[in-house]
Amino acid sequence: MKLMRCPVNGWRPIQEFSYGGTFRAMPPPEECSDRQWADYVFHRSGAAAVKKEWWCHLASGVWFIAERNTSTDEILRTYLYGEGDHHE
Amino acid sequence: MPFGLLRFGMSRHYPEPRMFRCPDRLKPHYDAVIIGAGGHGLAAAYYLARDHGIREVAVLEKSYLGAGGTGRNTAIIRSNYLTAEGVRFYDESLRLFRDLSADLDLNLFYSRRGHFTLAHSDATLRTMRWRAEVNKHLGVDSELVGPEVIRRECPRLDLSCGGHTPVLGALYHPPGAIARHDAVAWGYGRAASQRGVEIHQQTEVTGIRVQGGRVAGVETSRGFVETGKVLSAVAGYTPAVMEMVGVRTPLEVHPLQACVSEPLKPWLDTIIVSANLHLYVSQSSRGELVMGAALDPYELHSTRSTLDFVEGLAGHLLELFPFLGEVRVLRQWAGLADMTPDFSPIMGKTPVEGLYLDAGWGTWGFKATPVCGKTMAHTLATDRPHPLIESFRLSRFEEFDLVGEKGAASVGH
Ligand SMILES: Cc1cc2nc3c(=O)[nH]c(=O)nc-3n(C[C@H](O)[C@H](O)[C@H](O)COP(=O)(O)OP(=O)(O)OC[C@H]3O[C@@H](n4cnc5c(N)ncnc54)[C@H](O)[C@@H]3O)c2cc1C
Repeated sequence: MKLMRCPVNGWRPIQEFSYGGTFRAMPPPEECSDRQWADYVFHRSGAAAVKKEWWCHLASGVWFIAERNTSTDEILRTYLYGEGDHHE
Repeated sequence: MPFGLLRFGMSRHYPEPRMFRCPDRLKPHYDAVIIGAGGHGLAAAYYLARDHGIREVAVLEKSYLGAGGTGRNTAIIRSNYLTAEGVRFYDESLRLFRDLSADLDLNLFYSRRGHFTLAHSDATLRTMRWRAEVNKHLGVDSELVGPEVIRRECPRLDLSCGGHTPVLGALYHPPGAIARHDAVAWGYGRAASQRGVEIHQQTEVTGIRVQGGRVAGVETSRGFVETGKVLSAVAGYTPAVMEMVGVRTPLEVHPLQACVSEPLKPWLDTIIVSANLHLYVSQSSRGELVMGAALDPYELHSTRSTLDFVEGLAGHLLELFPFLGEVRVLRQWAGLADMTPDFSPIMGKTPVEGLYLDAGWGTWGFKATPVCGKTMAHTLATDRPHPLIESFRLSRFEEFDLVGEKGAASVGH
């Protein structure tokens, strides 16, 4: 069984989690051009890499960040939004 | 036969004619280079040579012919889509498929089965009525049917689904078919090779050289090749190839898994899909049940298989066909699906002159193989998008002009 560590609830089976997409910084909606906005809404860095992603622990509703290698499916780190960056 | 085998073993030369030539070196220049020897790339090469007289073409494949989605799909062919753009496009593919065996002089085991998409809820039934009306308007044989027709065409199906998600009706598409996917790739490969196209396996494209906004050639694991026209037909590998030239796409890659059962006596001659149960199943000419379910839930560039997938699938299969409880799964595998936000493909020109894109094939690209080959060959040869693919252009996202096929694709393919 594949496990993932929820920063609040600890190690849980991956089935208890929902993927929320790659973490992407939002450009300021009022100031950016339509093109930049479309780029933010639609375009992705689609190639395999270690990515920062949103995940949710469904049972408790905790949203957090996971760093995951999208070619090997190795989960490198999980942390609450705004917390993990300190370790970098 | 033993003698034939002995002759094979003793011969210094390959005693049978090869399906396609394997030239041992790359030429320094080609008129066009196609990245990816999947069905789409090979079909494009074939129509370039046959219809446009462009024969100095190399198809470069990093692995073996048909290694991608082409050799991994569940081979369902249909045209009962939701948007007018989609219906016209896929229906042209169906037309091409019908006489493709004769055209390629190879038996593709194209088998018309009739395709049922079951509805277990009112909401699904409504989308199906919508689809049926769009389909009929565009001349596609498609209709909404009640349980009695399903019972007649597929008597082994438990319409009550054990009592908790009864089947209310179905979208019925009589021309729905299956075909041998490998044969499609090999047939196009052979026919292209006969017309002068070179197929190079074990040749990975590692870079695309661009000069003054135009394609100048491709870097490969076997050296540089000069060319003014490049077609990227790499489906699940598209983001990596587009990154070589800095072109952004909305593609997100997820694995799509499938499995087959042990062979059974023929009992299922229709294709059964249930959007609500995330399941589709047909029986191959070998007797195996070919089965698939929903896309894997998160991005991953790996063809690993999971137990979750077969467990979920088996549960849903038993709701429809409880008598299959003793049947064993024989093989399980996965392929990469390059998903677009609107469930339509991305086809045509790119911001780089001379670079053409055929991608966004997600879970639905096998059925489009012939029409992709034809329309991409036209686009390459004339430098103008074929009318059938204009609305699938990459720039539609920037223009907020999507082609929403989503309603039709809750179970893709
Ligand atoms: C399990 C499963 C079931 C499916 N079921 C259906 C179905 O029932 N009906 C349907 O219509 N569709 C179905 N599909 C989708 C369909 O299989 C694909 O959309 C289709 O095969 C894509 O074909 P292609 O020729 O574009 O790409 P592919 O067949 O994926 O070929 C791309 C090729 O490019 C090569 N390549 C990649 N990068 C490079 C590089 N840098 N250099 C050289 N070569 C490279 C790869 O090795 C590969 O051989 C299914 C897919 C899967 C995975």
